[in-house]
Amino acid sequence: MTKFFVNGKPVQVDVDPSTPLLWVLRESLALTGTKFGCGMALCGACTVHLDGKAIRSCVAPVSRAEGKHITTIEGLSMDLTHPLQKAWIELDVPQCGYCQSGQIMSAAVLLAENLKPSDEDIDEAMSGNICRCGTYPRIRKAIHRAAELASERRPK
Amino acid sequence: MSAPATLLRREFIKAGAALGGGLLVSLYLPPVDADGNVAEGADEQQFALNAFVRIGTDESVVVISSHSEMGQGIYTSLPMLLNEELEADWARISVEAAPVDKVYNHPIYGVQMTGGSTTSPAEWEHYRKMGALARTMLVQAAAKQWNVDPASCHVEKGVVIHAATQRRATYGSLASAAAQLPPPANVPLKPVSAFTQIGKPTRRLDTPSKTNGSAQFGLDVILPGMLTVVVARPPVFGGKAAKIDSTETLKISGVKAVEEIPSGVAVIATGFWPAKLGRDKLVIEWDPGPNAGLTSEEMLREFSETSKQPGKVAKIVGDPATALASAAKTITAEYDVPYLAHAMMEPLNCVVDLRADSCEIWTGTQFETVDRANAAHVAGLDPEKVQIHTTLLGGGFGRRANPASDFVVEAVHVAKVAKAPVKVVWTREDDIRGGWYRPMWHDRFAAGLDASGNPVAWTHTIVGQSIMMGTPFAGFAIKEGVDSTSVEGAADILYGIPNLQVDLHSPTIGVPVQWWRSVGHSHTGFSVEAFLDEVAYAGGKDPYELRRKLLEKQPRMLAVLDLAAKKANWGEKLPAGVGRGIATHFSFDSYVAQVVEASVGKGGEVRVHRVVCAVDCGLVINPDTVKAQMEGGIIYGLTAALKTEITLKDGRVEQGNFNDYPMLRMYESPEIEVYIVPSTESPTGVGEPGVPPVAPALANAIFAVTGKRMRRLPIRASSLA
Repeated sequence: MTKFFVNGKPVQVDVDPSTPLLWVLRESLALTGTKFGCGMALCGACTVHLDGKAIRSCVAPVSRAEGKHITTIEGLSMDLTHPLQKAWIELDVPQCGYCQSGQIMSAAVLLAENLKPSDEDIDEAMSGNICRCGTYPRIRKAIHRAAELASERRPK
Repeated sequence: MSAPATLLRREFIKAGAALGGGLLVSLYLPPVDADGNVAEGADEQQFALNAFVRIGTDESVVVISSHSEMGQGIYTSLPMLLNEELEADWARISVEAAPVDKVYNHPIYGVQMTGGSTTSPAEWEHYRKMGALARTMLVQAAAKQWNVDPASCHVEKGVVIHAATQRRATYGSLASAAAQLPPPANVPLKPVSAFTQIGKPTRRLDTPSKTNGSAQFGLDVILPGMLTVVVARPPVFGGKAAKIDSTETLKISGVKAVEEIPSGVAVIATGFWPAKLGRDKLVIEWDPGPNAGLTSEEMLREFSETSKQPGKVAKIVGDPATALASAAKTITAEYDVPYLAHAMMEPLNCVVDLRADSCEIWTGTQFETVDRANAAHVAGLDPEKVQIHTTLLGGGFGRRANPASDFVVEAVHVAKVAKAPVKVVWTREDDIRGGWYRPMWHDRFAAGLDASGNPVAWTHTIVGQSIMMGTPFAGFAIKEGVDSTSVEGAADILYGIPNLQVDLHSPTIGVPVQWWRSVGHSHTGFSVEAFLDEVAYAGGKDPYELRRKLLEKQPRMLAVLDLAAKKANWGEKLPAGVGRGIATHFSFDSYVAQVVEASVGKGGEVRVHRVVCAVDCGLVINPDTVKAQMEGGIIYGLTAALKTEITLKDGRVEQGNFNDYPMLRMYESPEIEVYIVPSTESPTGVGEPGVPPVAPALANAIFAVTGKRMRRLPIRASSLA
């Protein structure tokens, strides 16, 4: 039995501890917002946070989550109030949308660590996430916009 | 998928007034009895005014999309079209995927499908008519209640108003009464000048669900008792399992069964991970079949050899042979592009619930009618017993309109042996190695120039597999042995060259091929525009100025070319080491020109700095969607230009995942500017036309800065170091 927290709630799952966290989230916990893209940590579609750090859940055995806090796209904010969600909607970033959970989760860690990322910071943080529809220019703009929105929200 | 819309439209008008003329109001209404009452079984709360829009008594307005949303924004554009006439409150509008039914057949192609960059062009009038019809009936219902002339009423945001008596009624309150009225025979549509929604940048309706994880793709479907399946497929196309040892597989906890199916060996399990582990443990001896001898490098040589002889003539103008022979100067060149996988971010998958007398399918598909027929055949059921729930598509690019319905048919075969609802999941490797590629192409050119350096003769021999052969579209796409999609963008070039020949060889090869975003244009756009650049330099002409001259009689393309050149500051100095290249391409009835700025590093690595794109796609429905599709098309085209190829060695695909089939990434993504030429012409394609011009514009930019011609894609650092 592996016990951990997902989006603040305690969970326990009875699966082979080598099972990747991705499949536990998607199949055991029915949190399908986290996506399968490559299974080899090459595309970033499966990005979630483990104690605040971005990880590729497709290669992380669920045993790695034991006792830890996992945040998925569903836990970022279901009511679309996170600055990244607001910026994504304002700039209509997604096309097919499949990679966007992973994009947003990678961007969330970037913004948590860097209040005003430069283009180079964005390249660095986001180049592990593939978008086949080619929304990169909009993702870049939306991250800058989300940084602005977040700074407006912070007490001066 | 795609085929030249112009060709198909012409054919279908001829073939099928029935198809076009079948779109009658009565088809889309619920059954009505002799007294005009809606027949039993119709939902009292959700009267269907017609099958394209449902207005609820709760004021909800549901637009039924006959086309799949794969990123192209159609779940917003179709509601915009419909609501231009319906005039409901936009905030109340939501979208639902249509079930499979002939009323949802594509007005041009005659089957229910999404592709060919044709949704807006094909549905442009249709969805507006549906909106106008619904509005007319709602207004009539209000007028009847108030005993006034319908003409004295007007609509504001879903409220019918009789201004003289200040009476108001909402659409929701009128919906049930409206559904009882006989539908009007004809309803006039607004003139373009009266549009209030079409042409205004409108936020996509699907964006919120794509930012919080709630959007449902095929892979996200979960049914009670469902089993998950991974299939081991033969490593060579056309191969078969000769001997299967599943002993170790069956020892894995969660693996329920191993079954041979026509496409391979299915591992049926309680979840993806045991299924995948189980497949890894299978010991299969494969009979490779007839294609084990295929090797890309040899095929390249064979294609080149074949192209030395002219093929079946697709187009001839003037007397190219004589003009070439008498030209002041001639140049020749050969171009090559490889097989390409679509590589949608969501790998293929399909959920099937097969019962004794029904089959329900959940998948992201572009090809509902064909999938239903193929699934019914395997299930041994009438097509009417098969229902498809089209989910959102995590990318399509043509792959999800498979003429054999490969990923659907396989899942039905699995469901037959699993005796439970199943979800078949393709891994990334399965998806990349699964075939149905953009064909590899070889293009051989010769051009003759007159004494002033103008092209007077142009011959183009194309070698590559036919995509349309064996598809439902073969009958009208292949004429006298020429598949129009093999020569599109070559046989119909807009440049005024007086003597021209385009001919085609279509070898039969055991690699399944398919339409891939921009289809034939994905190779002709590259080869024609890169070779034209060679012609310009050979004649001592500026590549932009030569194109201007050759487009004298093509005002729309000329305007697009001029706009792109102006916005890109064509002719102005660039920083040292940066080159500029230009290309145009006409596809899916749209006109696109692009200018690329690029540099080449010491190790030969190409850096694309900026892409300027101008497009004329007729009247624009949602400008931001057009921009997004151009941006996406450019990135898709750059990935093909710089990154990807599928190669075969001894019949086996050498690539498998994003390490060896790499995509363009954020740090490589250029600045992109898109400019739309205002137009009141009917809307034309948007999803695909952004792709073809970028590879040649890049190749031409690389020539400008290095003097080296890039005649083979993908462009390799090794050829520039």
